[in-house]
Amino acid sequence: MNITDFLLMRHELLLTAMVLIMLLIQIFTSNDYNASYFAMALFFIITVFGFVPSEKGEIFGNMYITDSLRVLMKNILNIGVLIVLFQSGEWISKPHNEGKRYEFYLILISTLIGMNFMISAGDFLMFYLGLEIASIPLAALAAYDKYRTKSSEAGIKMILSAAFSSAVMLFGISLLYGTCGTLYFSEISPQINGNILQILAFVFFISGLAFKISLVPFHFWTPDVYEGAPTTVTSYYSVISKGAAVFIFIILLFTVFKNLISQWQPIIYLLAVLTMSVGNLFALRQQNLKRFLAFSSIAQAGFILLGIIGTEQTGMASVVYFVLIYIFSNLAAFGVVSVVSEKTSKETIEDYNGFYRTNPKLSLVLMLGLFSLAGIPPVAGFFGKFFLFSSVASAGYYWLLFIAAINATVSLYYYLLPVKAMFINKNDTPIEHIQSNPTAKTALIICVVGLLLTGFAGVLFDYITSLSFGI
Amino acid sequence: MENWSYIIWILIIPFLSFLFAALPGTKLKSSVSGLVGIASILSVAILSYITAYSYFFVSGKIDGVFQKIIAFNYVWVRFSEVLQIDIGGLLDPISVMMLVVISTISLMVHIYSWSYMHGETGFARYYAFLSLFTFSMLGLVLATNLFQMYIFWELVGVSSFLLIGFYYEKPSAIAASKKAFIVTRFADFGFLLGILLLAYYTNTFDFITLTDTNGTLITNPVAATFMGASVLTWAMGLIFIGGAGKSAMFPLHIWLPDAMEGPTPVSALIHAATMVVAGVYLVARMFPVYLMVAPDALEIVAYTGGFTALFAAVIACTQHDIKRILAFSTMSQIGYMMLALGVSGYGGEKGLGYMASMFHLFTHAMFKALLFLGAGSVIHAVHSNLIGDMGNLKKYMPITHITFLIACLAIAGIPPFAGFFSKDEILVAAFEHNKLLFSIAFFVAGLTAFYMFRLYFRVFWGKKQAYHHAPHESPFIMILPLILLAVASCLTGFIPFGKFVSSDGRELLVHTHWNIALPAIGFALTGIFTAMAFYKKETNASTDITNALGAVYKWAYKKFYLDEVYLFVTKNIIFNGISKSIAWFDKNIIDASMDGMALVTNYFSDKIKGAQSGSVQQYTWWYMAGSIGIVIFVLYFLMIK
Repeated sequence: MNITDFLLMRHELLLTAMVLIMLLIQIFTSNDYNASYFAMALFFIITVFGFVPSEKGEIFGNMYITDSLRVLMKNILNIGVLIVLFQSGEWISKPHNEGKRYEFYLILISTLIGMNFMISAGDFLMFYLGLEIASIPLAALAAYDKYRTKSSEAGIKMILSAAFSSAVMLFGISLLYGTCGTLYFSEISPQINGNILQILAFVFFISGLAFKISLVPFHFWTPDVYEGAPTTVTSYYSVISKGAAVFIFIILLFTVFKNLISQWQPIIYLLAVLTMSVGNLFALRQQNLKRFLAFSSIAQAGFILLGIIGTEQTGMASVVYFVLIYIFSNLAAFGVVSVVSEKTSKETIEDYNGFYRTNPKLSLVLMLGLFSLAGIPPVAGFFGKFFLFSSVASAGYYWLLFIAAINATVSLYYYLLPVKAMFINKNDTPIEHIQSNPTAKTALIICVVGLLLTGFAGVLFDYITSLSFGI
Repeated sequence: MENWSYIIWILIIPFLSFLFAALPGTKLKSSVSGLVGIASILSVAILSYITAYSYFFVSGKIDGVFQKIIAFNYVWVRFSEVLQIDIGGLLDPISVMMLVVISTISLMVHIYSWSYMHGETGFARYYAFLSLFTFSMLGLVLATNLFQMYIFWELVGVSSFLLIGFYYEKPSAIAASKKAFIVTRFADFGFLLGILLLAYYTNTFDFITLTDTNGTLITNPVAATFMGASVLTWAMGLIFIGGAGKSAMFPLHIWLPDAMEGPTPVSALIHAATMVVAGVYLVARMFPVYLMVAPDALEIVAYTGGFTALFAAVIACTQHDIKRILAFSTMSQIGYMMLALGVSGYGGEKGLGYMASMFHLFTHAMFKALLFLGAGSVIHAVHSNLIGDMGNLKKYMPITHITFLIACLAIAGIPPFAGFFSKDEILVAAFEHNKLLFSIAFFVAGLTAFYMFRLYFRVFWGKKQAYHHAPHESPFIMILPLILLAVASCLTGFIPFGKFVSSDGRELLVHTHWNIALPAIGFALTGIFTAMAFYKKETNASTDITNALGAVYKWAYKKFYLDEVYLFVTKNIIFNGISKSIAWFDKNIIDASMDGMALVTNYFSDKIKGAQSGSVQQYTWWYMAGSIGIVIFVLYFLMIK
């Protein structure tokens, strides 16, 4: 193995370097007030470096695989994390976080390392390692406001559920090992023939991923954790953690479990219908905006599954494209909600009555985000949904399309509720004018630009499509 | 091969100028946004002239044929392997000619407005909308495919709506803008249906593929028929409905007179020179398809054009509002252009009508913009639109007077002014093709001369008015565009137009046909002298005639009661008869079932909430049940297979 081979895994190496640097700084400085700026600057550099073109390759004896689609996925995640970091400034600078600011970023970046390893895994052990690197610190993040009961409750629930899910998943992996005698993806995939034991293994394994993406009925942890965790962490959960899991999901389904396609398509069908419908039904009645976004993100995951069920290339491309747009939309919505809840600790939809009068810019951003989530043209979300739907249609699942269309209509209703509250409902005591801090503003601007531009950039979709042929 | 990719800047610059003027709102000093608007349109005009020069004189022609060049192209959405939407720029003789027309008139209007709109609140908004309009119109003519054209078509409609309703505090302006938008939108629905129908049968939106005379559409058209006509005739007819809506052809013309509620420079730009000819441009763009695949639809185009030319000219004789007279005259002239297209053939001498139509479009843009800007200058001076409030203005406004006179002579078809040459070609083309249409066109030519000079004499000669403030000549910034356009109205007729624009891209030699031109000139002069006799001095002759005509006059004055007919149809038949019953059905059946669905959804939503109990044990139970359930589901699924 060559020393230059290490360059193939530069995403992981750079992130590890960042963790180490922050660790050293933390040890040698007494004041951590600037932690967020350090983190943002370092991570910004890493994000930029991520876009340097790289080669396809396998190292560590096929344990680690990289190619341009995987690099693109990591870059998309990086952009999302960058926005999350920008949004975290407000919350992390609060006095109760004093002394544990560096820690927050250490933990957050560690989970990202784990996700990157999962994406690049070439073998189930590597994959599992990545999964655990990603999940255990995530639970710590959920409990970061430990003085708040809800936050600690979220952490506990997360770790318990995650442990259970890991156990089931490991059981699935062990069954797979039992039938194939190896853990390498490349060696397993030709041996998959669809016998009952393998199906059992597959379902247990997939349950673990479904847990991460919070598909129904593996989603129950989501609302509790989303509500309890600090808002920054919630947006990280709902966007980055979920996006990474979706990426891994499609990679595995289309590579390792390719032979099982006639078995997993009905499963995805079922999960998609359940997830869209149940997610919507829950979201319909939520009053707390964070909880509302949590349930709506469950429903969104159901839509994502539509792309997976479509034909391979366009389906994959539409999923990656959708995740990119979803990152912008959800982070725009969460960004506004977190600014408001940090400044005023108001979180219900009713609190937003008359919000437009006092905070026109923030309400416009929130409106754009919600429009995009609902899929209203010309915002990017429309194009994302459009490609997902057309991929389902081209695969010939018209009933699924019909159910999805109904769900999209239902979701339109509840996405418009906050918009109505902000712009139409009258309120004598609306939330006062909020001055958000510059980094949070930057984050929102990035989101808005992304929302307005990605939809029109047809090249982007074509580019992703061309990459998804390579996998 | 020349690199044409700079064409994209013709679109980008006005769009940026729109954003620049629109985004800061009132924060920006309004003069800054005005200056930026003028500077950007100036650079667009320069770019257009460079394009026209290098296209027509340097590299557009290969083997004696003007080529269709894709200047830039960008795949926007790919629907399927064969069907995709591109955004691009197509250069061919007519689009390059339109670039010149639009950027010239737009530049004139931008400059003129600087003084005309001075001190208006919303000055920046005005320039923002102007830029948006210019951007959309340029995008429309550069469109490489029907869908792109449709997108810009709608954008043009929106900017027209915004500009008509510019004085949004005036109820009449709001009503007019809504009317314009709804009527054209209604027509655009036909356009969209036509596009979809055509794309369904041909699998493409692309103009070059569609109009290729050796292409599959023309050599081997789809045979399917619907209600006695081929589907392609239906498609092309529907597309023409879109064009008729934008170009204010009968019976979709009712919005144009009301659109005069907008600021006068806007009327000059949008409702005289550029947007309203979009329909003509559309038919010209699809011309080979009309001619070779859907001749019936082309016949409709010809008769619609001829009828509208006559109809509008008659109404124009009776109106009292200077801008409305011009509006009806615009309709009449566009009718001419449509007629010319309708009687044209393809290639060589047969394509004379096509060339004449484009030629008339070009010259008409110059002198009609001049007429509107001149009218604006007059309105600016006397603060009224009604010709009854004007008179003897030649004393006060010499330059406006002279330029207006030039424009009137041009539109009346008196040599050597521009309108004569293009109108003559139209008459010749009509004469060779269809005697009925020719006689209409011939008659309308005389009528045009009459009503234009009626206007001219009433405004600039006629009785002495007791003005509150003595009217004075407009400032130089408003006069300058008038002079430039007057020069254009004098000279553009001498352009050997057939050398540049023809149906098949080859050179078409044209010469004046005096055997038709002389009678036409004579007839036009008759019209002018009649108008002079009636209106040069204050006489009773005109009122006598009016009284003698009685009901006929009133009919024409009321625009043949078409507005009332529409109102009756929409209000009594559609609203009361059809809509009410549909509304009942909607409320009691559709809504009720939707409400029922919502209730059920809410009910389930309530029930299901219990599952989210907060206890982790239960969550894991669901997890396990889910996994096992899926296993059973898959096994069952496999078994029934």
